[in-house]
Amino acid sequence: MESLESICDRLRAALPGVDVQIVPNPAIPAQPSLVVARDQALAVARWLRDDPALRLDYCANVTGVDWPETVFQEKVRVRRVVDGTEREVEETVEHRRPGHLEAVYHLYSMRLGHGPLILRQRTGNRAEDARVTSLTPVWRSAEFQEREAYDLFGIVFTGHPDLRRILMWDEFQDFPMRKDYVEPDDYEYEPTPHDEVLTKARRHYPTGGTSA
Amino acid sequence: MDEGLRSELSKQGVFTTTLQDLYNWSRRNSMWPLNFGLACCAIEMIAASMARFDIARFGAEVFRPSPRQADLMIVAGTVTKKMAPLVVRLYNQMPEPKYVIAMGACAISGGPFKQGYNVLKGIDRYLPVDIHIPGCPPKPEALLHGLIQLQQKVAAQSLTGEDRPRSLREDAPAEFPVPTYGPYDLQPPHNPEVWRPPVVVRDAAG
Repeated sequence: MESLESICDRLRAALPGVDVQIVPNPAIPAQPSLVVARDQALAVARWLRDDPALRLDYCANVTGVDWPETVFQEKVRVRRVVDGTEREVEETVEHRRPGHLEAVYHLYSMRLGHGPLILRQRTGNRAEDARVTSLTPVWRSAEFQEREAYDLFGIVFTGHPDLRRILMWDEFQDFPMRKDYVEPDDYEYEPTPHDEVLTKARRHYPTGGTSA
Repeated sequence: MDEGLRSELSKQGVFTTTLQDLYNWSRRNSMWPLNFGLACCAIEMIAASMARFDIARFGAEVFRPSPRQADLMIVAGTVTKKMAPLVVRLYNQMPEPKYVIAMGACAISGGPFKQGYNVLKGIDRYLPVDIHIPGCPPKPEALLHGLIQLQQKVAAQSLTGEDRPRSLREDAPAEFPVPTYGPYDLQPPHNPEVWRPPVVVRDAAG
């Protein structure tokens, strides 16, 4: 398959004004992916499927990623006046990255035998604007997997023909794969508790877990 | 009937039995299981029914696809909270007398998924389980052993008296309440008629 950079260039030429970016992967597989603006995702997906050199006709996998709001620190060198003289000092700057959810699609070409191309869409935030565009109109195989991402992550796919929960029951509340999910406190007696179960068990001991 | 007299009569070619023995003998040797599996334990259950292990040797080879024709429910695998009401409903649809085998760690206690948000912590919360078969998954031999244990249990049941089985008691419930789906868990989380949480007595050291 051609490189992601050349796909990006051809995509920008084919669909003027399209907002696509390449996300590098710092992990060992080093497999970069393509982030597309959610309001243009449908057009980009159609192009990826129909382009004669790509023909990504098979969507193998749809999943979600939860990125909660994080604060990370970065060390920067700045010039500042200290005791009357200007010198370079090192300062720590705090960055706040707002939380969002991601829908990740793994695309393959059955006809040309290549792939995967990883396509991502990002939601605005993790609450009321957790929306991305459904790609079920392009790849029918995304239907159930988008329902699963909605069920477990709470990503709302606009344009999905039948967006319901698929693994959990309809009455279930909350989205259990989110990182801030708090499970219900339904602890029961454990004969040999250990690790997280032990901390859970101690909260239910009559002494309140003060002693081992 | 006196055991010595019975043996004496059988030497003379006279076969004697009681209605209870005949009834239990026929029941225990034609235990028809309900044909359903929930997870990987079902693969072992299928293996037990195939030629190598051959559950037909014990008269339990007729896996019925309808609960109306089944005597035995083998809960083979993880019971998720979404599946549990359907398992209880299937059990309710089976005719009496009926028995339940909880096969594998998941059906007994939730197994490795016990601390999860979506798995029932054992089917004995809603159904009266007769035989628990430990294992993850239990080997087909273990299932056969469980079946033999159940057959011995059936053989020992008396049709009258105080210790008669549940199916012959008028006061015992014929149906078990089917739980409904709640916002986090099933409602009720367990059937208090069948199961109560274990009371653990601990000293001050916790």
